[in-house]
Amino acid sequence: MATSFDLDDDNVVVVIGTGAGGGVLANELAQKGVHVVALEAGGRYLPEDYVNDEWESFGQLAWLDPRTTSGDWRVARDFSGLPAWIVKAVGGTTTHWAGASLRFQDHEWKALTTYGRVQGANLLDWPIDAEEMDPWYDLAEKKLGVTLTNGHAGLPGNNNYLVFEKGAKALGYKEVNTGRMAINSEWNDDRMACQQTGFCFQGCKWGAKWSAAYTDIPRGEATGNLEVREHAHAARILHDDAGKVTGVEYFDRDGNLQFQRARIVALAGNSFESPRLLLNSASSMFPDGLANSSGQVGRNYMRHMTGSVYAIFDKPVKMWRGTTMAGIIQDEARHDPSRGFVGGYELETLALGLPFMAAFLDPGGWGREFTTALDHYENMAGMWIVGEDMPQETNRVTLNHDVHDQHGLPVANVHFDDHPNDIAMRNHAYRQGQAVYQAVGATRTFPTPPYPSTHNLGTNRMSEHARDGVVNRWGQTHDIANLFVSDGSQFTTGAAENPTLTIVALAIRQADHIAREMSAGNL
Amino acid sequence: MTKTASPREMTRRQLLSGTVAASASFAIGAGFIAAPDAAWALEVTHLKPETMATLVRMARDIYPHDQVGDEYYVIAVRGYDSAEMAEMVEAGISALDAAAQGRGFDSYLDVGWERDRVDILRAMEESHFFQTVRGGLVTGLYNQKAVWPIFGYEGESYSEGGYMDRGFNDINWL
Repeated sequence: MATSFDLDDDNVVVVIGTGAGGGVLANELAQKGVHVVALEAGGRYLPEDYVNDEWESFGQLAWLDPRTTSGDWRVARDFSGLPAWIVKAVGGTTTHWAGASLRFQDHEWKALTTYGRVQGANLLDWPIDAEEMDPWYDLAEKKLGVTLTNGHAGLPGNNNYLVFEKGAKALGYKEVNTGRMAINSEWNDDRMACQQTGFCFQGCKWGAKWSAAYTDIPRGEATGNLEVREHAHAARILHDDAGKVTGVEYFDRDGNLQFQRARIVALAGNSFESPRLLLNSASSMFPDGLANSSGQVGRNYMRHMTGSVYAIFDKPVKMWRGTTMAGIIQDEARHDPSRGFVGGYELETLALGLPFMAAFLDPGGWGREFTTALDHYENMAGMWIVGEDMPQETNRVTLNHDVHDQHGLPVANVHFDDHPNDIAMRNHAYRQGQAVYQAVGATRTFPTPPYPSTHNLGTNRMSEHARDGVVNRWGQTHDIANLFVSDGSQFTTGAAENPTLTIVALAIRQADHIAREMSAGNL
Repeated sequence: MTKTASPREMTRRQLLSGTVAASASFAIGAGFIAAPDAAWALEVTHLKPETMATLVRMARDIYPHDQVGDEYYVIAVRGYDSAEMAEMVEAGISALDAAAQGRGFDSYLDVGWERDRVDILRAMEESHFFQTVRGGLVTGLYNQKAVWPIFGYEGESYSEGGYMDRGFNDINWL
């Protein structure tokens, strides 16, 4: 029988969210004997539930509660109510993610020092560095079974990769391979190998891709120390007169407000919901929201400089066959200001099915310029661009008091304007991406605008000093000792790499810290 | 929900005897539109048949795929034949016809060249009606499983064991 903790049990750690941050933290704490209640807003879906159908799966897994948008990003115009494509389910966005598992480059931990001051950017060095993170990355790579690490073979390249690789090599790129992927290339960790099915974004029906939903979560539950409460939508974090948090108010599956007491609260609801919850928890003692003495809660929202390049050839590619993102060019990931921007970017293979291609190739586009592209869908290849974007104070999550969710809570408004550095980097990446495909004979190429964000970062950022950010080097809020942030919102800067491996490494490290401090009686 | 009727349900003779008007694209009768060769027919209950015929033409002009038959566009827009949507659609199509008349045509369906119809649509593309129809087509047309094979898209693959042994790396022209 599943473990169940009492609402009045004030010795539990309450983790809000069960994705790469919260799901891993919950399991790691449970393994160490700490009692954990994980509140998950969504339901539980496992490989047998996932569907190989883009829109049906989107309806099953995506976070579709209302949000609003503003700013000059095209997402605000084309998908005004959907700033992000992330998941509301046990396991969070690890059900949807592509599996790319890259470490930060050493210099990316020190963005301000490396890049210098950039006008309009709120750059800061992380209070931790590559050397400190190395052992935690080792543990994260082992946990996720990352290919091209720990003796795991790389995934075989699919058609989309073979086109990409040939173009990359023709251009002289050297760092080209099927990538470090948290997708099994062979039987590992009781999960089977990738069957090249496609539909990585819709949840892996083979379980070949690592997801917290069917690894960390059930393993944590098996210890008897973890209770995952599904359809539990956190509403407010409460505190006592001493300024320590006392627990979490949440709406249960029937819409009734409950209060779970807690010794420690760890927030891992992704970079929109985590700051929203801190802001919605404002009180007379903390009128600007919890942990917000710096005024940085919700600010410095980053989403990676992204975009895509699709290309049409005179012969079939069938890019949808096989692993969605197993292919990378890393030559442009370096910091080389001679290109006209600071930071760097990765180019990664990407395929969408016909339904999503119609929605995302050129949102709002119509007429023959648009439809002749889809006519050659079978002959299309595609890649995604992911690069470091600049943190800006004005890119931020705020409460929209004019719009309320199903529980009557103000929703998050997400404001984003591109920084000139983001634009310069994107234009460079569009040119290089198109050149890759032209080198293999593309007859037409498409510099496709960013999709609703999947990498949401920075809205509760980590800083050495309390004045500069929300959390310290352990993800512990500067203002409240027993309140932690455990998701991508603690990122000081975004680096060029897909963030999940770093979120997992930080969560393993944070669990170690919390358990140690609890034992020492400090928490 | 209205439905597309097969020729068995509505004979060619019934169809043609009921026809009151015909454009190059559609036979338009009392309460239905149909393919001129009776390959398909759609009964309408809330919209005027001319309105539905114009809507189908508009849908093809927004997302023209010459290899995709009218029946798929019909399926994509037939949901507009409802009590809730009828007023909005009739008003939108009236505006479309008025725009065509302003350019010297009898109606939108009377405009022979696609480029002339597209000019009319461009002039109204910011309108709520146009954006509703266009946005609805993104899923209404491209999320029809029957359309996917026309574009070569294979859809679900898990039940076939994925592409591990079915050509995930079968490209032969590089």
